[in-house]
Amino acid sequence: MPFNRDQMARRLADDVPEGWCVNLGIGIPTMVANHVPAEREVIFQSENGVIGMGPAPSKENEDPWLINAGKQLITLAKGASFVGHADSFAMIRGGHIDLCVLGAFEVAENGDLANWATSENDTAPAVGGAMDLAAGAKQVWVLMEHTTKDGRPKLVERCGYPLTGLACVRRIYTNLGVIDVLPEKGFVVRDLAPGVTLDELRAKSGATLHTN
Amino acid sequence: MINKIVQSVAAALAGVKDGSTVLIGGFGSVGQPDVLIEGLIEQGAGNLTAVLNNAGVGRVGVARLMELGRVRKIICSFPRSSDPVVFETLYREGRIELEIVPQGTLAERIRAAGAGVPAFYTATAAGTPLERGKETRDFDGKRYVMERALKGDVALIEAWEADRWGNLVYRGSGGNFNPVMAMGAELTIAQVQHVRELGALHPHMIGTPGVYVNRVVQVDRGGDWLRPELS
Repeated sequence: MPFNRDQMARRLADDVPEGWCVNLGIGIPTMVANHVPAEREVIFQSENGVIGMGPAPSKENEDPWLINAGKQLITLAKGASFVGHADSFAMIRGGHIDLCVLGAFEVAENGDLANWATSENDTAPAVGGAMDLAAGAKQVWVLMEHTTKDGRPKLVERCGYPLTGLACVRRIYTNLGVIDVLPEKGFVVRDLAPGVTLDELRAKSGATLHTN
Repeated sequence: MINKIVQSVAAALAGVKDGSTVLIGGFGSVGQPDVLIEGLIEQGAGNLTAVLNNAGVGRVGVARLMELGRVRKIICSFPRSSDPVVFETLYREGRIELEIVPQGTLAERIRAAGAGVPAFYTATAAGTPLERGKETRDFDGKRYVMERALKGDVALIEAWEADRWGNLVYRGSGGNFNPVMAMGAELTIAQVQHVRELGALHPHMIGTPGVYVNRVVQVDRGGDWLRPELS
């Protein structure tokens, strides 16, 4: 059985070490925070200037002045701090974020990432902070479905969609498995979802998958 | 005596000229100078370049300003929103110009203007469609894009508290673009929920020193907000 979205987020969360400062993108990546065990201290940064996000608030603890990059209400963890946008992105651009987890349209075997526009002719694409994070985080992991809704592979030899960043993706977590992206080598399978075979993974990928 | 507190929204916005570049703070619903934007609609300046993170939601605020034909160009990172109906219509009809800037580059271009730096290099957008038309240069074997400072004629910002020197304290995630925009414009106008006596704001809590602020207007946002837990 392939992973569902919750299980994908949990599988990624399993690999986040204690002490890392982590930025989670909008969508499935946001769910990663729910799966890091409370006893493992991980600092979640939101690009609107919150360092140290806690879990979503209960109804009575909602504070309309506390939101994350996805505009959802949040709480603060003990030890949290605030900065403005310039300092928040200095933190990102300056390499102080250990890990950024992003969604993607495509990832190429050289680590190129496409996740902001689906066509060169998309006249008003929304980039947000994706390019800053792709260029600045120490590591970028992608969390996404292995294929598009109509079954086309999202792991490809070269991205067809406009790029977000060059050679920036280090690892990919999908509903089918975990794939490293290694310089000089390309995609290397690290783990398979329960019941998924290597042949199935290869059939649903648009580039060579190595096994070591 | 220094006193930057003005008594009305109209007084706060007096003198904003046609053709101005207007920096507008806020991220999502937090930290938005909503009353000042309404005031700008009343004030009447047109042919504006609006610089902000999103291109407006629904038909209020910045979206309303655009719908009235007062915005010539928008510079933002994320033109999509939960309801970008006005922007998308104007854009499709060719009645508004758009410049997309990565969010961190947008903040840094404004910071550069405020800090007297005419341009800087960043790896953000290198090798992507957003580097087109810009100078690129390699440093230590890595590719960077030159970005120019982005200065506002006016900044409209929101804070939680102010004093008569224009010192500002932000609340929660309400800082966001506000402190950097405060330093990046010729005329910085702040709407605040509370005005405190000079000396009442703790120096360490001041997010924007009054040096960057020209006018402050107190507005009632209507909410019975608690004091920030950290002050």
